[in-house]
Amino acid sequence: MHTKKFMQGNEACAEGAFYAGCRFFAGYPITPSTEVMEIAAARLPKLGGVFIQMEDEIASISAIIGGSLGGMKSMTATSGPGFSLMQEGLGFACMTEVPCVIVNVMRSGPSTGFPTGPSQSDVMQAKWGTHGDHPAIVLTPASVQELFHETVRAFNLSEQYRMPVIILYDEIVGHMREAITIPAPGEIEVIDRLRPTCSPAEYKPYDTSHGDVAPLAAYGEGYRFHVTGLYHGEDGFPTNNTKLIEEAGLRLLRKVDNNRDKICKNEELYLDDAEIGVFAYGVSAKSAKFAVKELRKKGIKAGLLRPLTIWPFPEKAVEELSKQVRAIIVPEMNLGQIVYEVERVAQGRCEVKGVLRADTEPIKPAQIIESITGNGFFPSASKMNEMMVERDMLDG
Amino acid sequence: MSMPTEETRPLAKKKKKVPFNYSPYIRGGKLPHIWCPGCGHGIVLKSLLRAVQTTGLSQDDIAVISGIGCSSRTPGYIDFNTLHTLHGRALAYATGVKLAKPKLKVIVTTGDGDALAIGGNHFIHACRRNLDMVIMVYNNSIYGMTSGQSSPTTPLGTTSTTGRYGSIEPTFDTCQLAQAAGATFVARGTAYHFQELEKVLHEAIMHKGTAVIDIIDACPTYYGRFNKYKTATEMMEKIEKEGTVSVKQAEKMSPQELEGKLLRGIIYKSDRPEYLDEYNKLVERVQKK
Repeated sequence: MHTKKFMQGNEACAEGAFYAGCRFFAGYPITPSTEVMEIAAARLPKLGGVFIQMEDEIASISAIIGGSLGGMKSMTATSGPGFSLMQEGLGFACMTEVPCVIVNVMRSGPSTGFPTGPSQSDVMQAKWGTHGDHPAIVLTPASVQELFHETVRAFNLSEQYRMPVIILYDEIVGHMREAITIPAPGEIEVIDRLRPTCSPAEYKPYDTSHGDVAPLAAYGEGYRFHVTGLYHGEDGFPTNNTKLIEEAGLRLLRKVDNNRDKICKNEELYLDDAEIGVFAYGVSAKSAKFAVKELRKKGIKAGLLRPLTIWPFPEKAVEELSKQVRAIIVPEMNLGQIVYEVERVAQGRCEVKGVLRADTEPIKPAQIIESITGNGFFPSASKMNEMMVERDMLDG
Repeated sequence: MSMPTEETRPLAKKKKKVPFNYSPYIRGGKLPHIWCPGCGHGIVLKSLLRAVQTTGLSQDDIAVISGIGCSSRTPGYIDFNTLHTLHGRALAYATGVKLAKPKLKVIVTTGDGDALAIGGNHFIHACRRNLDMVIMVYNNSIYGMTSGQSSPTTPLGTTSTTGRYGSIEPTFDTCQLAQAAGATFVARGTAYHFQELEKVLHEAIMHKGTAVIDIIDACPTYYGRFNKYKTATEMMEKIEKEGTVSVKQAEKMSPQELEGKLLRGIIYKSDRPEYLDEYNKLVERVQKK
């Protein structure tokens, strides 16, 4: 039997993780993600899992990677500076192909910024923050219910493709409270990593005979294998062989590139006959949805494309949209990040305009509507200052 | 100060009869190792493998985890559950592995730079938690892999590529640091006193809690050349043999005689509760409610 509950976004994230089988959490307190950790601290001992508060975020991501190699589904949660500290471990998890889930509840500004203020300004960092070429899967849920489901999906993708998956949302989604339905066990699919079926003597942790994703043994179960952050061959041992290095690097990216259709997930609203597209993710998509509905009432054919997976970028969907509409509006709570991705994919087939806001206040539907109806259909996004003035007027 | 010491004599006698077979512990095709001629790391590895054998633990039940540096290449050569992580982070990874698989005996091989500089925070907190693991600090007073920069144990006045005019920084004493931070087994060994090291490592592996062993070890390629040591053996004699005294010998020595010498052997031991024991008790208590 499923249950109905009223809960906070961060709580739904933690509950989604437990539903997915996460039994290992290591973290370090930081606003506005701390509640995820506090709930893990309260719940995991009862579930027979492991909770540990580490000395910093570097240690936290390191511990969850260790936990995952010990065979447990593992997670950490952080924000802002903590996410910056985790970049090193994130790269290690990509390179060594260890499944784990990292939650980043976005707050405002570089450095300490405005810790309690929401933003969507880590969206490029989530893709490019760690050094070197590497794959990324980043999910952007926009409601409390969705946080639960997307956290389960994050674990599934992580286990399926043997890589870290980031759940990226902002302080508003993290702290807002909504009624949600918790599905009964078994109601949503839960995927576990492939385990080796061969003998320990035959086992290779990066065996490509299974395709791009090899089964992963756990430490202490008879398969004595080696894991290193150095480039390595199929047997897991370091290599200087340029051919093997190239193959390994390409395979890491291929895991995501070849499975875009399975990893990408979008919500579409009124796109069939849309002349104006709005591309919005996370909390900004809530306002965008409202705005699009209002515009429809005014007879303007606006539609919404909302990615629940922001990385890999939904190139196919944006390309289709760019062929159909006159302009794509991109509201985001930063000074311009995803808008340039949309521009890259649209390749000049339509106008692409950002509705940007970085003062820690959410983008309001009126701002999105204004950007479409005001200033002759499409005001220039480069006129940021003017838009800020408009926004102030709208705020009254 | 002649060898062998009183503590190691009985063990040395026993070993004479049975030649030690290293091959079950060495991974096929992974040697030669990267260590330079004269480096002490190979001797330390020998002591470790011999110690592991004396504990009777299965290779399946041991995880060897490292960070980055010369000593951190150890896990790649030996047949256990092995993990070569990031610079300074070995203890945090080890914490995760141990908590997820409590039956594993976790041994961390790390260096003075890895454990005490970039990993200093993880080091003190690992000691404080007292989670069951062995931390072997291969202490050669220099960054070897990056070609000879100063580390937190580079002695005052000595030369490195980043301390060209002599180091002006005081050093950490690994053992004092570990004990102050809460480690429940603190010892020191050297590559020179390899039989004694084997015995200390055996005790460390059998200990329940965080065991730190500071292992004085020579880097003739960098530290030696920069500081005018002619040979690796000269380094071993001057730094490891003459620079240390066993805990037992020290009891009979005056403070003046002990000046400038490092203690060797088991320096501190306590039976403070181990982390996982406490965590398991907590789980039991919480689940009863």
